[in-house]
Amino acid sequence: MSATAAAIAAPNRDPQVATALSRRRERISLFVKALCVAATAVSLLFLASILYTLLHLGLGGLSITVFTHMTKPSGDNGGLLNAIVGSIIQTAIGAAIGTPVGIMVGTYLAEYARASALGNAVRFVSDVLLSAPSILIGLFIYQLFVNGHGYSGIAGGLSLAVIVIPIVVRTTEDMLRLIPLALREAAVALGAPKWKAIVFICYRAALDGIATGILLAIARVAGETAPLLFTSLGNDNWSIDLGAPMSSLPLTIYQYAGSPADDWVQLAWVGALLITFGVLALNIIARIALRPRR
Amino acid sequence: MSQVASTASVPARRSAISGDAIFAAVAVAAGVFVLVLLGAIIISLFIGGLPSFRAFGLGFLTSTDWDPVQHIYGAAVPIYGTVVTSILALLMAVPLAFGVAFYLTELAPAWLRRPIGTAVELLAAVPSIIYGMWGFFVIAPFMATYIEPNVIDTLDGIPVLQDLFAGPPFGTGLFTAALILAVMVLPFIAATMRDVFMTVPPVYKESAYGVGCTTWEVMRSIVVPYTRTSVVGGIMLGLGRALGETMAVTFVIGNTNRITGNLFGSGNTIASLVALEFGESENGSLKLSSLLALGFILFVISFIVLAISRLLLRPRAVRA
Repeated sequence: MSATAAAIAAPNRDPQVATALSRRRERISLFVKALCVAATAVSLLFLASILYTLLHLGLGGLSITVFTHMTKPSGDNGGLLNAIVGSIIQTAIGAAIGTPVGIMVGTYLAEYARASALGNAVRFVSDVLLSAPSILIGLFIYQLFVNGHGYSGIAGGLSLAVIVIPIVVRTTEDMLRLIPLALREAAVALGAPKWKAIVFICYRAALDGIATGILLAIARVAGETAPLLFTSLGNDNWSIDLGAPMSSLPLTIYQYAGSPADDWVQLAWVGALLITFGVLALNIIARIALRPRR
Repeated sequence: MSQVASTASVPARRSAISGDAIFAAVAVAAGVFVLVLLGAIIISLFIGGLPSFRAFGLGFLTSTDWDPVQHIYGAAVPIYGTVVTSILALLMAVPLAFGVAFYLTELAPAWLRRPIGTAVELLAAVPSIIYGMWGFFVIAPFMATYIEPNVIDTLDGIPVLQDLFAGPPFGTGLFTAALILAVMVLPFIAATMRDVFMTVPPVYKESAYGVGCTTWEVMRSIVVPYTRTSVVGGIMLGLGRALGETMAVTFVIGNTNRITGNLFGSGNTIASLVALEFGESENGSLKLSSLLALGFILFVISFIVLAISRLLLRPRAVRA
């Protein structure tokens, strides 16, 4: 095989030189392949190291008091209850506001504006927002709602909603584009107006994919810290008042991880363990939900 | 509208038409809302930073001061830190990502592709703050114990390099921040590269194999030239992510407002400075305005990088 290849590549050469050249090329290829396997192994090692660190340092502190006690001063056997509840509330607000907006924008892009100038502009801006630094979205909500009104849980939820929108837009548009045109034509031929064809035919057919997008968006914002720094601020006490500063798991982790108190650092690791495995579980569920489509 | 509707002869048809109009209007409004959102973000950051821009003018960009006592603020140090950590992160992440993408498209057995691809993508799902803790508690001590002292000793006496890789071997600093950033942007670059490598028509690769090319030669001469634009787009996407990354960097950057020129020394980035100093800024103060001005600068830089990334990724994606 290698001799034939070399013969075609250099027919006039001495066969011994050709064989040597072929061997050299094979060796280079093998070397690069080995580097690629090594690169993949190193990447997986990073993930393994993160998961091992979380389990190693987090599992030891995991107990029922984490879920039943509030955050308390160091040495007081505190838990993370208010942080967990605050995170759930703010993530829910973000998803509740961001999802319908995102679905409507995705619908606009897929059904109404396939190649129009406005549609292209919206798609471009949404894609930029998808990767825009989340800390700037926090500053934006701070300027808009917090400056002069004070920190609040609703502001935290709003900043997460801004992050949710472009994620849902992306998946909704992609999924709606996969729906065959014939399905829409069939609906219209039966006399259904366009909006009914979209809502009752296209949404239903694309449900798996859209749900996947929503799950991924929730997974993304559940771990967001930077935007909450300037919006919901954090709260050491129990508070589900949307107008007041609200605690959240990432902010509590941030506060505790940098503290000199050992029990706080331990709680930070427990919180990190909870949030990471929650987020990774959501991701895996979302991927499994998407699988039949492929 | 209602007058036209009342003269229509078939009531059912009338309601259907208005239903369509309402739905279309809501969809268009949602689309326009996204444009307004981006505009509002830019304008709000600019207005917030205006007092600072007024006070310092263009000198804000070049001044290395950050003096809350005398109320003198400059953006040069955090801009320097942001650019240095991001570029360094790409230098580390791009070869790794290329290796992963090459492995996943050409080398891995079919049954391994999905699990390994998913694992690499999960790396992108780990929250930023977790990277920060991992960096601070695992990577920084590792760097301080094994890597940095050895590198400093090895490079001692070599011009340029000995100055570049100098500084206190504490484990925190620009280099460690770049390393964490590299791990964070790796999955984004790798996923984009893998996706665009897959768009290469199999017949091109088969032709190359047919004339006796090795796997690496096919990659270098067929796949990479065919996908070059999109690969650069993927790298720019990674750069856009690295520029604005906040929590992970905040943990390991060391936060000093100084340009030392060496990589093991501490520094700051725009995002880390904003996160760390925001809590100590009074409402309406020049410091808060300067932080918002930094946010505006970061937004402009990220927007340009992400826009380039989109433009590079778009045409090929459509053709594929």
